[in-house]
Amino acid sequence: MIAAESLGKEFHDKKRGVIRAVANLSFFCTPGQVYGLLGANGAGKTTALRVLATILAPTSGTARVAGFDIRQEPEKARQNLGFLSTATALYGRLTALEVVEYFGCLHGLNRTEARRRTLLLFERLDLDAFRDRRCEELSTGIKQRVSIARTLVHDPPVMIFDEPTSGLDVISARTIVAFIRECRQSGKTVVFSTHVMSEAEKLCDTIGIIHDGRLLAEGSLQELRNRYGCVDLEEIFIKVVGG
Amino acid sequence: MNLRNISVIYRKELTDALRDRRTVISMIVVPIFLMPVLTIFVGVLSAHLIGRALLQVPAVMIIGGENSPQITTALSELKDVHVVPAASDYAQQIVDKKIRAAIELPSDFDALIARGDTAKVRIDVYQGEINSGFSADKLQKFFQDFRERTIRERLDARHLPANLAEPIVIEEANVAPPEKVGGVVLGGLVPYFVIILSLTGTMYPAMDLTVGEKERGTIETILCSPISRISLVLGKFLMVLTASLSTAALAIASMGLTLAAANKMVGGGSQLKTMGFQFHITPASVIWVFVMIAPLAVLFSAALLAISLFAKNFKEAQSYLSPLTIVVFAPAIVSILPGVELNAGLSLVPILNTSLVCKEIVSGTYHWGYVALIFASSCVYAAGALWVAIRLFQREDVLFRI
Repeated sequence: MIAAESLGKEFHDKKRGVIRAVANLSFFCTPGQVYGLLGANGAGKTTALRVLATILAPTSGTARVAGFDIRQEPEKARQNLGFLSTATALYGRLTALEVVEYFGCLHGLNRTEARRRTLLLFERLDLDAFRDRRCEELSTGIKQRVSIARTLVHDPPVMIFDEPTSGLDVISARTIVAFIRECRQSGKTVVFSTHVMSEAEKLCDTIGIIHDGRLLAEGSLQELRNRYGCVDLEEIFIKVVGG
Repeated sequence: MNLRNISVIYRKELTDALRDRRTVISMIVVPIFLMPVLTIFVGVLSAHLIGRALLQVPAVMIIGGENSPQITTALSELKDVHVVPAASDYAQQIVDKKIRAAIELPSDFDALIARGDTAKVRIDVYQGEINSGFSADKLQKFFQDFRERTIRERLDARHLPANLAEPIVIEEANVAPPEKVGGVVLGGLVPYFVIILSLTGTMYPAMDLTVGEKERGTIETILCSPISRISLVLGKFLMVLTASLSTAALAIASMGLTLAAANKMVGGGSQLKTMGFQFHITPASVIWVFVMIAPLAVLFSAALLAISLFAKNFKEAQSYLSPLTIVVFAPAIVSILPGVELNAGLSLVPILNTSLVCKEIVSGTYHWGYVALIFASSCVYAAGALWVAIRLFQREDVLFRI
C-alpha cells in the first residue's frame, strides 16, 4: 500500500531561488491497484516518485510505503519496494546474473537465496541465454528485462515505475506494460508515472493528473470522463491543466 | 552502517573495477612497470649521451698566446681536443655550440712561465651544457698537469723537495654505512614515486565509482536499494582505498626489485660501490614506508571520492582532480630538495610530512617521535576527508547535480 499525505518537495537554486517541484500531494493506492500519475514533462512526477522511493527526502508532508513512514524508516520502505525507470541503468561490466544477484544481496538475501531467485526470474523472463553476458553487451530490450528482474528479485509488495517506457521501442514497451499488469494481478501496489495518455488509459485503475507539482484531478478513467464531460483522456488532461 | 552491506558493495565494486581496463592499468600495470622502465630508459639514455659526449673530440679555440708557441703547440697536439683557428666571436660560437670551449691565454704565456711568474688562463664554457663541460674538463686536466710539471721543474731548479708546494694533503672519507649513503640519494625519490602513484592509482576508480555512476545512470539504481548511504560510501571508499594501497604496495615492491637488480648490475668493484653507494631498500624500510603511506592513501581515497562525487560528469571531475595532482606534487618535490629536514612543524603538513619521514626511513633513520606524530596527524586528516565524503553522499544536490 502507498499513502502520500500532503507530500511536498522544494529545491533551492542559486539563480532561480526556491523551486516547488511537488506541493501538497496526497493520494492512496491499495494492493492489486495501479495508480497512474499523469503529467507533462516537468510536472513533478519524477520528483514525487523519487520522494516515495526515498531517493529524495520530502520537505513537507510524508508518505507510507508498505506501512513504513518514508521519513522515519526510509530503509525499510526501500526494502519493500521495487523502483524502475528508464534512468535506472545497469552495471555494464557485470553480467546480467551478477547484477540481479547483487541487488538481491543488497535487499538482505543471502547469496544462495539471491542466486535461486535470480535463476527463477531469468527463466520466467526468458533471460537464461543472457545470464553470463555483460550488461554492456545486451540490447536495450534485454537490458529492460534484466532491470525488471532486478526490481523483482526481493519480491517487493510495492512497485514504482517512473516513465518506464520512455524512449523504448514498441516491443520493449510492451514487455514493460505486460509486466505492470502482471504486478497488479499478483496483488502488488503499483504507482507509475507517464505522459503517454494511451498507457494511462490501458493500465490505470486510478489516474492522478499532476501539474506544477500539484495534484489537480484524481479518479478512475470513468469518473474523470463523467466529471469533465469528455471521453478522450487527452481532452480531459487539457481541460484539467488549462492548456 | 552495516558491515554485511559494506562487504556486498565492496565485493561488487572490486569485481567491477578489475574488469575495467583503465583501472587495471592505473592500479597494477603502471606501478609495476613504471620504475623498471624509467630506470632502464633513463640509465640507457644517460649512458648513451655521456658515452657519446666523452668520445667526441670537441672543437676548441685558443684566444691570445700569439707569442707563446710552446703552449699553443702543446694544446694543438692534444688528441682529445681539436683546436680551430681563433675568431673574435668565440663566445657566440660557444653559445651556438659551434665550438665547445675557448682558452684565453696571455700573449707572453711562455715567457711568464719561463721567468717563474704566474700566467693567468681562462677557460670559457657554456655552463650546464654537457659537451662543453666535458671539453672544459679535458682542458682543465691539461693545465693541471702542466702546472704540476712546472712546479716540479721550478723546485728542481732550486734543489728543493717536491713536497714543498704541498704542505697538507686533504682526503675525504665516508663514514656513513653504504645503505645510508644510497638512502640519501634514493630517500627522496622513493616516497616521491610512491606518493604520486598512490594518488594516480586512486584517481580513475574514484571517478568511476562516483561521477561514473551519475553519468551511466546507475546512481538512482543503487540509491533505491535499502542500504544506508554510509554503507554505500564506505563500500566504495574501501574499493578506492584498495586501489590506492595496492598501487603503493606494487610501486614499493617494484622499486625494491628494480634497485636490487640495479645494485647487482652496478657490481662489486664499480666506482659507485667504491664511493659507498648501495642502492637497496631493506624489508623493514619497505614495511615502514607502506605503514606511513597507508593513512595518506586513506586521505587520497576519501578526498578524491568526495571531489569526484561533486562533479557533474567525468570531464568536470578531471578538471577538478588535475589541479589536485599539482597540490600533491608540490610537497612531494619539496621533500626532495636538499636541506629540507623533518621537524615538528613540518610533521603536521600533510603529504610533505609523509614524504620526509619516508625519506628518513629509506636511509635507515627512524625518528620514532616524528613517525608517531606523522602517522597520527595523517590519520586525523584522512578521517576528516572521509567524514566530508560521507556528508556529501547524503546531499541530494550533490548526488543529483546533473
